[in-house]
Amino acid sequence: MTETGTVSETPWLDQDGQQPLVQIKGVTKKYGEVTAVDNVDLDIYQGELFCLLGGSGCGKSTLLRMLAGFEDLNGGSITIDGVDMQGVPAYDRPTNMMFQSYALFPHMSVEQNIAFGLQQDKMARSEISNRVHDILTLVELQDFKKRKPQQLSGGQRQRVALARALVKEPRLLLLDEPLAALDKKLRKQTQFELANIQEKVGVTFIVVTHDQEEAMTLSTRMAVMDAGKFKQIGTPTEIYEFPESRFVADFIGSANVFEGRVTEDGADHVRVKTNVAEVFIDHGQSVKVGSKIWVALRPEKIRITKTDEPASGPNQVSGVVDDIGYLGEMSIYKIELPNGQIVDITSPNSSRPMNRQHRITWGNKVNIAWEPSSVMLLTA
Amino acid sequence: MHGKRSRFLTIMLVLGMAFFYVPMVLLVVYSFNYSKIVPVWGGWSLRWYEVLFQSEEVWMAVSLSLKIAFVNATFATMLGTLAGLAMVRFGRFRGRTLFGGMLVAPLVMPEVITGLSLLVFFISMKQLVGWPEQRGFATITIAHITFSLAYVAVTIQARLTGMGEDLEEAAADLGAKPFKVLTAITIPRLTPALISGWLLAFTLSLDDLVIASFVTGPGANTLPILIFSRIRLGLRPDINALATIMILVIATCVAIAAILMFRQQRADLKDQQLAERGES
Repeated sequence: MTETGTVSETPWLDQDGQQPLVQIKGVTKKYGEVTAVDNVDLDIYQGELFCLLGGSGCGKSTLLRMLAGFEDLNGGSITIDGVDMQGVPAYDRPTNMMFQSYALFPHMSVEQNIAFGLQQDKMARSEISNRVHDILTLVELQDFKKRKPQQLSGGQRQRVALARALVKEPRLLLLDEPLAALDKKLRKQTQFELANIQEKVGVTFIVVTHDQEEAMTLSTRMAVMDAGKFKQIGTPTEIYEFPESRFVADFIGSANVFEGRVTEDGADHVRVKTNVAEVFIDHGQSVKVGSKIWVALRPEKIRITKTDEPASGPNQVSGVVDDIGYLGEMSIYKIELPNGQIVDITSPNSSRPMNRQHRITWGNKVNIAWEPSSVMLLTA
Repeated sequence: MHGKRSRFLTIMLVLGMAFFYVPMVLLVVYSFNYSKIVPVWGGWSLRWYEVLFQSEEVWMAVSLSLKIAFVNATFATMLGTLAGLAMVRFGRFRGRTLFGGMLVAPLVMPEVITGLSLLVFFISMKQLVGWPEQRGFATITIAHITFSLAYVAVTIQARLTGMGEDLEEAAADLGAKPFKVLTAITIPRLTPALISGWLLAFTLSLDDLVIASFVTGPGANTLPILIFSRIRLGLRPDINALATIMILVIATCVAIAAILMFRQQRADLKDQQLAERGES
């Protein structure tokens, strides 16, 4: 396996003049009238675990299939490792793919499935059996090597599929919804396992997923896709804390959005007049005074206090508790503001309620407040 | 009420089964009849089996029929598989719809039309290029391939569509070139469909009377042609004996198929149990 000691944690920043491993330039794919992938650009660097996140039909799988060589491009170019992939068939590409259905060969044993790719390279028998042995150890399936795929559980099949794709030590591993077929509990375990394996082998991963939690857990960087275009590309933190549009803010996690107009644009602060309150933001952002803008707040970044309790800070609004969802570790409050808008707030239940009574309940008048730094300003 | 209902069902079942099987039972019974006149009972005897086994004409017909059926099934399976692959795996190509339509046309074409057109074709061929000089094994086989091919193509097409392309793409992704994908993945996955397609073509050929009658020539009698021509001169007990043997052969084949299927089901069940145990 490749030596990984020197690989950077943030390869897209520390490029050292290195070429990106994958260069996607102006790639377009059309099916008749429908544009599945619409003129997208993306660079992915060696060692990344990059997630393509989006709803069904957003074009993420099509993009992955174009990288693998299963679909032709209608425009643009894909370069992998400095080589233009135009006209290079799937069997000659330095990529391997893990299919959503796993696509294990049912007439071959686990061992034969994994050896298949190595046999195509005319590798020596002893070398093949060594490599198969090593990869089976990595995914902990040695005891199952003689079994047929249909004699394995879902989780085991998933690991065989991963092993089969990894054993050829591709430059780039493409994973199409790698965890979608597993049940919830197994999926959570496997997320971390997958990230660990990627770190161990040092292969660049591109993962397609519709599950935002999966993308957040796995990825070094991710791209949010919609209608064939990238809405935003960044680290999970960047995407969650600094979304650029209402679509991204709402697609990743949830957000309370207020429409407003910029009233003041200072070097170190912005003020926005919305229909519920004037919002103060303590960081500068290049916006035009008087322009239409959206202010978004994450539910967990809003504090909730009863009106008779003291509250402080510049950003405060009063409201009435409309509904409460008690989830155990936290509660979701739905607060109705004077203008009728409902705001979602989540609050950890960090102490046990006194006398089995919650502090805040239905119909209570409350104040909600948030830090000036937590406000996300969205221009689209 | 329940008792009455089930008695009604039982009667219908018995009548239905009788409708199917009484004729066959009669045939089998009469094959052991000593009397030369079929419907007159003359006591049990194996006399007609003896006559049958001594008749060279019958054995020649059996052997011709089997030869034609074998060659036909083999070629029809190969060509039908290629046609099925073209329909399902080649994507959209010019004339695909037309090709698909023409491929299945023999299924709906009346046999007399198929037979007649083939006869006209063979006669014109003889005038134009001097072949086939005489109609017989070759012409019947070609005629059979033309219509069995359609059945095989449909079987293969259905199987290919059901299989999806994932496995073939996975093999290509792992570095297998198209021909390797075909031999290592597609063909093994198609094996059940290939076997059933082959058997179907074999049976169709063995069974065919109409088309074979059109394109056969002097001295080339397939089994159905022989049986039919003899029956035209009146029912004959040795033909009953022949039919009985055929029923026996077919029943044996069906029984073997059933046993194999039952075994496969048990193996699948075992696999499933193994998989579930691994889940924990």
